[in-house]
Amino acid sequence: MEHYNMNLTLKIWRQKNNQSAGSLETYQVKDISSEMSFLEMFDVLNEQLIVAGDDPIAFDHDCREGICGQCSMHIDGRAHGPWTNNTTCQLHMRAFKDGDTIVVEPWRSKAFPVIKDLMVDRSSFDRIIQAGGYISVNTGNAVDANSLPIDKKDADNAFMAAACIGCGACVATCVNSSAMLFVSAKVAQLAQLPQGQPERESRVLNMVAQMDKENFGNCTNTYACEAECPKGISVSNIARLNREYLSAGLSTEQ
Amino acid sequence: MTWKLFFTSSIGKKFIMALTGIFLITFLIVHCGINAMIFFNDGGETFNHWGHFMGSNLIVRTMELGLFLFLIMHIVQGLTLWSQNNKSRPVKYVVKNSAANSTWYSRSMGLLGTLILIFLVLHLYHFWTPSRFGGMAGIKALDETSLATYNNEEVHNLYAEMKLVFENNLLIVVVYILGVISLCWHLLHGFQSAFQTFGVNHKRYTPIIKGAGVVYSVVICLLFALMPLAFYLHWVN
Ligand code: HEM
Ligand code: SF4
Ligand code: FES
Repeated sequence: MEHYNMNLTLKIWRQKNNQSAGSLETYQVKDISSEMSFLEMFDVLNEQLIVAGDDPIAFDHDCREGICGQCSMHIDGRAHGPWTNNTTCQLHMRAFKDGDTIVVEPWRSKAFPVIKDLMVDRSSFDRIIQAGGYISVNTGNAVDANSLPIDKKDADNAFMAAACIGCGACVATCVNSSAMLFVSAKVAQLAQLPQGQPERESRVLNMVAQMDKENFGNCTNTYACEAECPKGISVSNIARLNREYLSAGLSTEQ
Repeated sequence: MTWKLFFTSSIGKKFIMALTGIFLITFLIVHCGINAMIFFNDGGETFNHWGHFMGSNLIVRTMELGLFLFLIMHIVQGLTLWSQNNKSRPVKYVVKNSAANSTWYSRSMGLLGTLILIFLVLHLYHFWTPSRFGGMAGIKALDETSLATYNNEEVHNLYAEMKLVFENNLLIVVVYILGVISLCWHLLHGFQSAFQTFGVNHKRYTPIIKGAGVVYSVVICLLFALMPLAFYLHWVN
């Protein structure tokens, strides 16, 4: 693809802290290379702000290679911007043209309060994991991988569910701010592996109970989450979560 | 499923929506099938016969109680979900391109349901109340036509009532058609959504369920929409 430079107008959500009201502020950046990543463009803008003595824009990022799930940005009305199955750090400036205006907002959900600017607090996800997104085993030497045969189909499905990076795009994009895709990925992953069996029932009941406590909305099956998930987590996992919940709910003595 | 989980957890509430929704979908098949008998254009003979059967059969009348219970559960739970979901995002996005990832009607189930509810109140007032309680003050004119004699048995003449409500009343016809259109969009999403809620999501069967949902929604709603039109345009007399 041909390389080009562009000048852009950016409208970025600035918010001091969780208590204050935020607003969109307008910035200009010049000579942005089409080869840059979206976050590199933000680095350029932030250096510009620092040189001018202004407060740089706070945003989350870590790996910058699409695996940590930190880079939460709602760009031009879509979680992680215009490309599908993609994180913000892997969005490149060739997605935009010279003269474009780009609007960048934080994830918006009652369960993800804004910390500052584009940074949000996703610890509600951590608490859901703490409620059941684990297996209890004795640590020690790794056991031989072949001592525990797993059906190929189950291994593949569990692996696809395990691809979830906990980014929260599913919540950010859902009209209802529902966390069902995230929770379903974790439940579906462990429910299909032998290691997940001992805690199978309590896991799904406890994780859903924690999800409900965290102010996420209720799923209405719009499937927007699947369309915007950077890892292409399928809504068939949500159907599996519903099945797991029903059968655990029917047999539980909790 | 403990009762507490069924009524208070997010997934339990969804099960109620799906269970009651599927029940309503089944009811609509029967309702639409019987009403479609007006198209025989026999002065309502067949239609009134079956209408009378539905109104007098003990099993059907018992199921009617269940229908009301389920409808109320669907409405109460639907409105509760809608209001909870609205509160889950107190600060809205300035720019939101929802069309990129979902259909507008899947995001508007609460709104469409409320439109159906408004229509339903009018609809029950027109047909259900007079057929069960022998007319209401506001629609006195029905009295003269409310009884017809069939096989030496007096039956409620719902056909004449439909004629009266729709024949010279463009506004009512339009309101009914709008109500049915809302129902159509609600079902286009709701039919397949109910299966997903019950955990049915399968490579082979889900496309069939989705196809059946579209056929069901369009056929049922088209037939319902044609009924007021048929009286208004004198296709049936
Ligand atoms: C004859 C009328 C109706 C039928 C056949 C019907 C059918 C359905 C079905 C099948 C679903 C999907 C259930 C699921 O996703 O698990 C649904 C969902 C819903 N309905 Fe209805 N409904 C009707 C009337 C109403 C009314 C009067 C309301 C009033 C508010 C309403 C509000 C909702 C809401 C909010 C949902 C949740 C959206 C969702 O879960 O996808 N519905 N309906
Ligand atoms: S399901 Fe997808 S969108 Fe949701 S947290 Fe996991 S990776 Fe992100
Ligand atoms: S910064 Fe790690 S996924 Fe984007």
